[in-house]
Amino acid sequence: MKMACKGLQTGETLSSLKRESESLRKKLEEERRKLADVELNQAAEKVEVVGALSIKTRRLLKGHGNKVLCMDWCKDKRRLVSSSQDGKVIVWDAFTLNKEHGVSLPCTWMMACAYSPSGCAVACGGLDNKCSVIPLSLDRNENLAAKKKSVAMHTNYLSGCTFTGSDMQILTSSGDGSCALWDVESGQLLQSFHGHTADVLSLDLAPSETGNTFVSGGSDRRSNVWDMRSGQNIQSFESHESDINCVKYYPSGDAFASASDDSTCRFYDLRADREVAVYQKDSIIFGASTVDFSLSGRLLFAGYNDYTINVWDVLKGTRVTCLFGHENRVSRVRVSPDGTALCSASWDNTLRIWA
Amino acid sequence: MAEGAKEPVGVGTTDPEEDSPNMIVYRKIEDIVTRIQDENAGGVSIRTVKSFLSKIPSVVSGADIVQWLMKNLSVEDPAEAIHLGSLVAAHGYIFPISDHVLMLKDDGTLYRFQSPYFWPSNCWEPENTDYAIYLCKRTMQNKARLELADYEAENLARLQRAFARKWEFIFMQAEAQVKIDRKKDKAERKILDSQERAFWDVHRPVPGCVNTTEMDIRKCRRERNPHRVKKSVYGVPDDGQSQPSPVHISSQPTKKTTKEDVQKEINFLNSQLDRHCMKVSKVADSLMSYTEQFMEYDPFVSATEPSNPWISDDMSFWDLEASRDPSQQRVKKWGFSLEEALKDPAGRDQFLKFLESEFSSENLRFWLAVQDLKRRPLQDVSSRAQEIWQEFLAEGAPSPINLDSHSYERTSQNIKDPGRYSYEDAQEHIFKLMKSDSYARFLRSNIYQDLLLARKKGKSLTGKRLTGLMQSS
Repeated sequence: MKMACKGLQTGETLSSLKRESESLRKKLEEERRKLADVELNQAAEKVEVVGALSIKTRRLLKGHGNKVLCMDWCKDKRRLVSSSQDGKVIVWDAFTLNKEHGVSLPCTWMMACAYSPSGCAVACGGLDNKCSVIPLSLDRNENLAAKKKSVAMHTNYLSGCTFTGSDMQILTSSGDGSCALWDVESGQLLQSFHGHTADVLSLDLAPSETGNTFVSGGSDRRSNVWDMRSGQNIQSFESHESDINCVKYYPSGDAFASASDDSTCRFYDLRADREVAVYQKDSIIFGASTVDFSLSGRLLFAGYNDYTINVWDVLKGTRVTCLFGHENRVSRVRVSPDGTALCSASWDNTLRIWA
Repeated sequence: MAEGAKEPVGVGTTDPEEDSPNMIVYRKIEDIVTRIQDENAGGVSIRTVKSFLSKIPSVVSGADIVQWLMKNLSVEDPAEAIHLGSLVAAHGYIFPISDHVLMLKDDGTLYRFQSPYFWPSNCWEPENTDYAIYLCKRTMQNKARLELADYEAENLARLQRAFARKWEFIFMQAEAQVKIDRKKDKAERKILDSQERAFWDVHRPVPGCVNTTEMDIRKCRRERNPHRVKKSVYGVPDDGQSQPSPVHISSQPTKKTTKEDVQKEINFLNSQLDRHCMKVSKVADSLMSYTEQFMEYDPFVSATEPSNPWISDDMSFWDLEASRDPSQQRVKKWGFSLEEALKDPAGRDQFLKFLESEFSSENLRFWLAVQDLKRRPLQDVSSRAQEIWQEFLAEGAPSPINLDSHSYERTSQNIKDPGRYSYEDAQEHIFKLMKSDSYARFLRSNIYQDLLLARKKGKSLTGKRLTGLMQSS
C-alpha cells in the first residue's frame, strides 16, 4: 500500500505501475495456489452419488409470440413473470397455465424481468436502457402499461434486475458496464457500482438474511462481488475464456456459479477466493447462458445455446443428466422458491416447468 | 456460385474479432468437421455412392457421423450425438443431400460437408437480391434435383413482387450464373449445387426450422460485421438501396487504461493479499456438509412428503407449508442455524414467542426493525431510523438493547446523519449475541422441543381414550 502511494508521488510511469500490478497479481496467484491443497471433486469422492433423476416437463407455457428472454418466480412458488423479444411481459400461474396479466411494452428485447417480494408488482427492462416497475392490478381490464413507472436509467441496455428484499429497492446491471441500486418510490440512484470494463450481463443478490453483497458477471470475463453499502468491489474472479452470461449464488451464500460463452460453468468459493470446479464436456461446445442451484446446492442446472439443460453434480463435477425439449436456445433457468420445480425460458417462445 | 469472390474476407476489417461468442462456437465446430473429414486420422470415409444410373459423389451416412461423434467426443448416448450433429447441420456445416431440413439422422441418410467458402464464420449476410438470383437460376435449369420446394416457390413469387422494378437485372444475373455453372464438370456441379442449396437453407430456412443466424443482440456490436452489412454471394455490387440492419450499437467509447485505473488495481490487489483465505479442503468440507444437511429438503434429490404438486397435481404439499402447524422436518431446519430459523416466518414467530416468555424479545425486535429499515423507501428512512433509536437505544428507551460501548459510540455517530445502514454494526453485534445466547436456549426450550418431537399440547393420549370410552357407553 505504502509503495503504491509513493509511486504516484514520484510520478511513476504507466508502464512501471503496470509492472507493479502484474507482480502483485502473480504474488496473489501464488498465495492462493498454496491453499489449493485438494480439488473439490477429489474431496467429494467419499460423498454418495446422486441417484438417477427422472426429471420431465410437467408444464408447457405457450403464449409468447417471440423469444422468451427472462423469467422470475413469485414467492408464492407457483406464479412467475416472463419477458420476451417483442416487448411482452406475461404473469402466469404456472400451476394452472393461466395467464393472469399481459403487458405490451413499446420496447423490444425485454432482457430482464423480476417479481417483487410482495407479489404486487413486476420489474422489467431491456433495450430501452431502463428498468420499469409495473404494479399488478386485480382488475383484469386495467391497462397495466399505462401504470408503468421508470425507476432505473442506464446509458445502455438493461441486462438484469432484482428487488432487494422489499418492493422498495431494485438492483440493476447494464450493458453500460455498471450496476446500480435504486429507490423505487423516488427513482433516485442510491449507489452505483463501477469496475467492470465491459457489459455487465448478470447479477445475483447474496441469499443471506444479514448480508449486503451481490455478485455480477460480464463480457470482460470477470465476476465481481460488491458491497452494497459502499459500492466497493470486494472480490474478483477471472478464469472464464469468454463472456460470463449468468452468475448465481450457492444457497449458503459462501460460493457462486457462473455460465459462460466458453461452454463451461464454473464454481467459485468466496472463502478460498478461487475457482473450485469447472463443469465441462467435450460434447458441449455451445455457450452456457444461465445457471441455478437446486435447494440443497447439490445440483446445478445450466441452460445452453444448444437448446439443452445439463444437470451437474456440483460436488463431484460430473453431469447427472441432460434435459431435452426446447427447440431453440435456453435463455434462463430458475428453480422455484421451495425447490419443487425448475422453470426454463427459451428462444422457442415457450417456457417449461420441469420436476 | 460466385466466380470472383472466392476469398472469404470480412467486410472492411482485417483483424476479425476472433473471440466473439459466435466465433468461438464456429471454430469448435470447424475443428470437429475438419477432424471428421480427415480419413487418415480416424475420420469417416467419404465416398461416391452408386444410385440407379448415376453416382452420388462425396457423401457419408448419418450413422457414420453419429458413430464418429460418439467415439471422438466421448458421447455415451446416441441421442446426444444426434442432437449435436443436428446442430452442426443447422449451422450449415453438414447437410443431407436430399432435404432442406438441416438435421442429422442415425441411419443411411446421405450427408455432405459444406465448403469452407460458405462457412458461417465468414459472416455472410446475404441480400434478398442474391436469394432472388439463386431461386431464379434454379428455375432456369432443367434438372429434377433443382426443382423448387413449395416454400421456395412462394418465396420467389414474393421476391418477384418486391423487386418488380429490377427483375430484368436479377434475371440477367441469374442467366450469367447459369453460364458460369455450366462450365464446371458434372460431379463438381452436383457437389457445388448442393453446397449452395445448404447455404441458403441456413440463411433462408424452411418455415418452422430454427434460423441459426439469429444473434443475441447484446453480443452484436462485437461481431466482425456488427452492422450486418450485406455482402453479395454472386458478386452483385451494392446499388446503395440496401440499408444496414438496425442494430443496437453502444455509444460507449473504448476506455484507455489510465494511471488511476492501474493504481486502483494495485490497491485492490493489495487488499486481496491482506485477506485471510481458507484452504480448499476446508471449504470443500463446509460445502459437503451444507449440501448433505439440506439434501433431505431438496425435492430434486429426495422425494417430498406429500408428493410434489407439479408431478401429482395435488397441492397438499403447499397447503401443509402454509398451515399454522409446521412439520417436524421443517422445525428441524430451524435448528441448523439462527439464519435458517429467521428465514422461516414460522421459525421467526416461535423464536420471538420464546424470547417474550423470557422477557428478552427486544434483541430480536431490534434486529427485525433494522431489517425493515433497510427495505424502506428513501423518504421514510430518516424518520424510521430515529424511531428505532428512541425505541431501543436512547436514554430511557422502552426496549433497551445491550450494546458494547464501541458499537454504541459508532451508532450514535451514524444516527446524526441517519441512513439505511446506520445500525449495521449494532445489528451485527446483536445477531452474534442472539446466536451465542438465546438461540441456543431456544433450541433446548419446550416451545421448540414440543414442535420438533411433535408433542401435542393439552390432552394426553390416555385422556382421549377415556373420554371416548365414556362417550360410547
